[in-house]
Amino acid sequence: MKDLHIKVIALLLTIAAVSLCYYKVNTLGLPLLPGSQADVWTVEARISFQASGGPVKAEFYIPRKSPGFVKLNEDFASSNYGLATDQDEVNRKAMWAVRRAVGEQVLYYRVELAHDTSQTRTRALPVPSFPEKPRYDASLEAAIETILDEVRQHSADTLTFTRELLLKLNAKNPDENVALINKPDHAGAEWSRRLIQILAGARIPARIVYVLNLRDRIRHGALIPWLEVFNGDEWIAFDPVTGAQGFTSNILVWRVGDDPLVTISGAKPPTVEFSIAKHSRTQVSLAEQWAKQVDSRVMEFSLFALPVHTQNVYRIILLVPLGALAIVVLRNLVGLKTFGTFMPILIALAFRETELLWGIIMFITLVATGLMLRLYLERLKLLLVPRLTAVLTIVILIIAIFFILSAQLGIDRGLSVALFPVVILAMTIERMSIVWEEYGPKDALTRGSGSLFSACVGYFIMSNPLLGHLIFTFPELLLIVLALTLLLGRYTGYRLTELWRFRAVLKEPK
Amino acid sequence: MRLPWNVLKERGIMGMNRRNAEFIMPYNKRRYYPLVDDKRKTKTLAQKHGIPVPELYGAIEIEHDIRDFRETFQQWNDFVIKPANGSGGNGIVVIKGRTAKGAYRKNDESQVTDAELSHHLSNILSGMYSLGGTSDIALVEYRVKFDPAFQSVCYQGVPDIRTIVFRGVPVMAMVRLPTRDSDGKANLHQGAVGAGIHLESGVTTLGVHKNGIVTQHPDTGLPVAGLKIPSWSEILHLAAQCHTIAPLDYMGVDIVLDETRGPLMLELNARPGLNIQLCNQQGLLPVLNKMKSISKIPASVEDRVNLALDISREITKG
Repeated sequence: MKDLHIKVIALLLTIAAVSLCYYKVNTLGLPLLPGSQADVWTVEARISFQASGGPVKAEFYIPRKSPGFVKLNEDFASSNYGLATDQDEVNRKAMWAVRRAVGEQVLYYRVELAHDTSQTRTRALPVPSFPEKPRYDASLEAAIETILDEVRQHSADTLTFTRELLLKLNAKNPDENVALINKPDHAGAEWSRRLIQILAGARIPARIVYVLNLRDRIRHGALIPWLEVFNGDEWIAFDPVTGAQGFTSNILVWRVGDDPLVTISGAKPPTVEFSIAKHSRTQVSLAEQWAKQVDSRVMEFSLFALPVHTQNVYRIILLVPLGALAIVVLRNLVGLKTFGTFMPILIALAFRETELLWGIIMFITLVATGLMLRLYLERLKLLLVPRLTAVLTIVILIIAIFFILSAQLGIDRGLSVALFPVVILAMTIERMSIVWEEYGPKDALTRGSGSLFSACVGYFIMSNPLLGHLIFTFPELLLIVLALTLLLGRYTGYRLTELWRFRAVLKEPK
Repeated sequence: MRLPWNVLKERGIMGMNRRNAEFIMPYNKRRYYPLVDDKRKTKTLAQKHGIPVPELYGAIEIEHDIRDFRETFQQWNDFVIKPANGSGGNGIVVIKGRTAKGAYRKNDESQVTDAELSHHLSNILSGMYSLGGTSDIALVEYRVKFDPAFQSVCYQGVPDIRTIVFRGVPVMAMVRLPTRDSDGKANLHQGAVGAGIHLESGVTTLGVHKNGIVTQHPDTGLPVAGLKIPSWSEILHLAAQCHTIAPLDYMGVDIVLDETRGPLMLELNARPGLNIQLCNQQGLLPVLNKMKSISKIPASVEDRVNLALDISREITKG
């Protein structure tokens, strides 16, 4: 196969680029389209209490790993309290302590969370042992046994058993057995505790988890209890009120277990309030924080880790290969003639600042004026380097005049002309004048307009917001650009302009 | 409908990309380029191999030499100044003689003062005409008086014969005739007329001017086809022989016909152009591919020329 070597390299480069992209999109959630927004929840827990004047110690459960969420950021606001955090396999605790505190005290815990749609974390820990069958109140025992028997007949395994039980207990018109064990408030912790007790009767391990129902603009929210049962492999959540299985997307698991949310010493019992707010953030900034949380090195080595002003430089630099690829296509596939190989790209970069129309006007004015003066310099018979310097000086003078005129006229566009690559322009003028002298104005103008055209094509490519976003977010896409250039480097077919060049052959039938 | 690129392909026309990727890059080692890019080196090597070239009178290598130009070259009435690393005939000045006042008389009868000539020399030295703009030297050499056979189809300048030599075997040839457009230069890009040459007979076939087919010279109005090139066999041999100068397997050999000294090798080109295909109304690919398939190329010049003629016959027949 022709050029097998190059094709293999190109294939490998493409595979590498695509798989890295795939990882970044799927695992880190980097957006493929620019400006994608994602919801971020800010949850704030406010713990307030009256300190009695001595040392105060407060322990407060905070979320560890909540299924379906990723923690972007958290902070603890507590003036002059010492802070430590501790975690076991299911829970995490913040521990505040202070030597002396009097009067109203407020501790804050704030966490920012985003939805994590990519991975479903199974909750396997801890693996419980089967509970002993509890001794029920004599008044309830018969009712519970009957219910368990009925449910057992209508179910196949732990999950169906639990669902069936919850449906039965939560039924709108409960039968007499259910009515006997029923409690008035199904959303309260008491009800969940009773459910656990009943499930233990069937030797099913169950536990309470406290969750927060995330809704925007909640000011005095509270944790609500949910039920989790162990099916042999993992803990499966049930809404104790509806019997629905699994956490819905807005349920944030705060902690597991039934001990008090806050334990405090040296103060009166605290009140805990939750406030919840939702706002949007760009997915890129989200992915960045996320990567920190999941310890992915990819984002650390990404361009987002750079300071913002450096980022902006790279935003432009990374686009240059795309412009260069366009030049490859224009030169080797189309056969366009330009001054200098990559001069058009630099002009295109300048166009990004000045905007296209204004850029073209300025380019033409600069080159035309420079060319006229350069053709005059020809008469002075200057040596090459001094002549180039003279042209450069003239170009800069013309730019300065542009500056002053546009400032006088109040057009601030003129100021952006300073970004024109002056040295490149001077070289262009010099080469153009040589071509003008030696090959005539026609050749010079052809190549000049070829350069301008390439610059315009480069401008459209390099100012495309989608391409800009893709390349900056996934710089590995440049490997695909590289692969394409390698392949184009072995293109041996005709150039488009050659069809015109060899038209004499085309016309005459053999 | 037949697509234009398919038509070109059928006719065996070679495009720029293919020339670069399949012939120049694999067959011409870059390190041999200086041998042909630097015309002084080429000349010295050619003389070593007994290949006739226009005699080198001297070279201007540093700015200081320019001042003594008149004295140094006093003894020659006519000469040619060219940049050693020039391309496409740029920077060449042909001096035919001197006027009574001491100015130089150029090819087109215009006059050049010492100051103007010095400026031109200085431009050459500063690299204005060299590939890549690096500093250069100016060569002063014998002015070729071209063979009267071309008198009718030339406007000033010197016509030259470009032969593409692949692996030491001439594969295609054309004669390049200067015109008023080309300013006396024998370069097709600049408007010279190119006429294809039938490889076996040495008779011109038809002319191409600015990518269009012509039958007459645009300035003299005389037919460019059917012209018998004098000493054709000698030219073919000379072209084949040039392969010994530089081991470049794909090159263009430029030969001029001097009325007294016969064929002289003017320069070699490591990246010969593609217009030769237009002049011959024939693509290079069939003959080049044929040549590629031959594993062993005969060593002697005579055999290589014979091979060239054999292949040419075969291609025209098929």
